[in-house]
Amino acid sequence: MQALTQRSRAVDRKPLTLWERIYLPAVLKGMTITFGHMFKKRPTINYPEKTRPFSPVFRGLHVLNRDEEGRERCTACGLCAVACPAEAITMEAAERKNGEEGLYREEKYAARYEINMLRCIFCGLCEEACPKDAIYLSETFAPSNFARKGFIYGKDDLLIPNPKTQPEELAKARGEA
Amino acid sequence: MIRRDLNGMTLLAFDWIFLIEKLVLIAVIITASLVIAMYETYAERKVAAWMQDRRGPNRAGPFGLLQPLADGGKLFFKEEIIPNSANKWLFILGPSLAMLTAMMTCAVVPWGSSLHLFGRVIDLQVADINIGILYVFGVVSMGVYGIMIGGWASNNKFSLLAALRGASQVISYELAMGISLIALLMMTGSLSMKTIVEQQIANPHWWNIIYQPLGFLIFFTCAMAECNRAPFDLPEAESELNMGYHQEYSSMKLGFYLFAEYINMFISSAIMATLYFGGYDIPFVNEASLAPNTAAILGVLSLLTKIFIFIFVFMWIRWTLPRFRYDQLMDLGWKKLIPLALANMLITAVVILLKNH
Repeated sequence: MQALTQRSRAVDRKPLTLWERIYLPAVLKGMTITFGHMFKKRPTINYPEKTRPFSPVFRGLHVLNRDEEGRERCTACGLCAVACPAEAITMEAAERKNGEEGLYREEKYAARYEINMLRCIFCGLCEEACPKDAIYLSETFAPSNFARKGFIYGKDDLLIPNPKTQPEELAKARGEA
Repeated sequence: MIRRDLNGMTLLAFDWIFLIEKLVLIAVIITASLVIAMYETYAERKVAAWMQDRRGPNRAGPFGLLQPLADGGKLFFKEEIIPNSANKWLFILGPSLAMLTAMMTCAVVPWGSSLHLFGRVIDLQVADINIGILYVFGVVSMGVYGIMIGGWASNNKFSLLAALRGASQVISYELAMGISLIALLMMTGSLSMKTIVEQQIANPHWWNIIYQPLGFLIFFTCAMAECNRAPFDLPEAESELNMGYHQEYSSMKLGFYLFAEYINMFISSAIMATLYFGGYDIPFVNEASLAPNTAAILGVLSLLTKIFIFIFVFMWIRWTLPRFRYDQLMDLGWKKLIPLALANMLITAVVILLKNH
């Protein structure tokens, strides 16, 4: 019969030689291998103390973006919520009042914007759907909490620090400080 | 105890200081072996981790050094379950016996020469009995009862089967161990462990391992089987048989069974170092040229170093070899080790006979 691959090898069924049956040489050989492994570099990263570098396109927790003047970019169009396959995003729109021009970039904004991080599958489709560059997936990951409630991230969890009023915090959040 | 008075009068008096001396020694040895056994669990996990390119416990305290305390504390706070159908007394007796027999062996091991303190000579050995090795064997074979009673008292057929499995392993390997030891005893001519060590320290004589390499190999293999260490850990076989004779045990009773294994490992390392590797002999150093106290302390350290090396080898083997199948185990014990030990004994006997004539 034609073999499907060339990887198959015939199994050697010869009886063990005396050298093999003594067993001790094989034991010693195994022991040299395990001893050698004691001095190998360990691939483990001591996680909370050290973190792995991620690529810039890593899809971690979301952030809501602001423009250069510190105004919220989101206009509560709902495209992200529609694009979301896990239905993790909810929002409520509101109209910008007079005098709020410094807070919101457009006339309409999200009064409430919530992402359920337990539902989210971190696919990044919201990021792709957003026409206003308002939502991004950051490099932060592995949120932890004692209650399910804590995994529903509101606007105060998601919004990035204001580049005008809190430049240090923003630099820190970006990992530049 | 008869003690000769300074005036030359012979008084029948009990030497109370002697009693205190021995009690202190016992306390020190028991504490030391418990602490060492505790840190053996830590070392085991670390060695396992290193050999598998992992890091091992490193969260509790610096380098994870408090891990054994955390483990012990956890075991103490676990719920103590005694099965309804179990025989309560025997159920408690099992782990106690395992622990007791593990600890009792320390009594005859010479931990060092002797200290000269406050005008007294203090032997660093609890009891130098002239049947030291025999005592060790007696106590070690009592360890089977720990396994058997534990399995029996659980009133669970699987525990009982596992206990039988464990007991038959321990008994089979004790035979080869005893025979390999006879060859050594024919050479030393004494059962006292102190005498055996002193013979090895005496200058023209080398360590017994030089004269009895095969005997040592058999002894070492059997010691591993006696301690239920991998690759002979069939009584436990946690991966395929799920524990074994201590299946029904929980809390610190289980802890005692597991702990007894580590104490056994420590003691059997001590005995191997004493019998074959010169005990508290410091290699390449003439102890007589040192001050007696320095020599004694260095001797203890030397013995401990040898013990730790043995413990490391135990662990090293455990994390290298897979477990034997039961038929392979019995095959190795009865068809390989016992004939080898017998041959070793005969050859030793012939050589001794030829040398003496």
